[in-house]
Amino acid sequence: MAHAAVMEPPAAAEPGAGVYNEKLGMWVFLGSEVMFFTALIGSYIILRFGAPGEWARPGVVLNVPVTAFNTFLLICSSVSMVKAYAAVVDGDQQKFKMWLLLTIIAGASFVGVQAYEYTHLVHDGFLPSGIREGSELWEKVEAGTVPAATAGIYGSSFYIMTGFHGFHVTCGVVSMIWVYLKALRGGYSATDYRGVEVIGLYWHFVDLVWIILFTIVYLV
Amino acid sequence: MDDFAHRKQHPNYLLIWVYLFILTIVEVAVAFLSHIPRNLLLLALVFLAVWKAGLVGMYFMHLKFESNRLRILAVAPIPLAFILVLAVITEFRW
Repeated sequence: MAHAAVMEPPAAAEPGAGVYNEKLGMWVFLGSEVMFFTALIGSYIILRFGAPGEWARPGVVLNVPVTAFNTFLLICSSVSMVKAYAAVVDGDQQKFKMWLLLTIIAGASFVGVQAYEYTHLVHDGFLPSGIREGSELWEKVEAGTVPAATAGIYGSSFYIMTGFHGFHVTCGVVSMIWVYLKALRGGYSATDYRGVEVIGLYWHFVDLVWIILFTIVYLV
Repeated sequence: MDDFAHRKQHPNYLLIWVYLFILTIVEVAVAFLSHIPRNLLLLALVFLAVWKAGLVGMYFMHLKFESNRLRILAVAPIPLAFILVLAVITEFRW
């Protein structure tokens, strides 16, 4: 019976989701990314609500205004990415390249601001292992505004989540530079803009994850 | 490839940007300025975040204009994500 099945000619391909392969592949990849970030965010939720003690209040350890600005920057980059996509669909190469370049700059700036944020947090004494003794934040621990018992899991979950997100942004920026270089050589047109749409999907997903992260890590 | 020969009409992306901008400000304001009970605050913040994420998914990722099959593919991991987290929560809550 198995032999008979092998002898059959292959069935005609189903139209599937009605999209080209690269886009379908990106959506499947993003599905796996949802599970990846669920593991990180889920662990954070479980650690936080299962923690025996209180967690530091929002804004006590982390710098919310700087991160709110960074959130704004990432949202702007998402808009410029979608404008780049719209421009290439409309066949406007000039605008396409301009918007794409702006997206790259905004994305790289996001990583830059995050590096600035990390540097300051570490300087203030917020480490993945908790609060460094004798640091500026240690005074808050002694004053009781930052609970020492949960500082270690707070630090490790914070750096893991935002670090992996930052890594995704970095990968996105590198990929967009690749797309930009191809665009300079005229690699995309109104009839074939696959690379632009696919990297756009990835980029918006990274923005979407940040929207969730910003809320649950910085504001809650 | 007929997939490329459609949607010349683009949604108003700048309007979505304005929405996202306003929602972010509202979110930060709700988190720091309001004195509403903590559980209600959590609910409000999660609602605002999901709203923003929904706007990005629907308009920037074009899910609003895609076929139902692709939409199903896109949202399929979400219930799985909930199951994963809820299943682990039960380990220590009940």
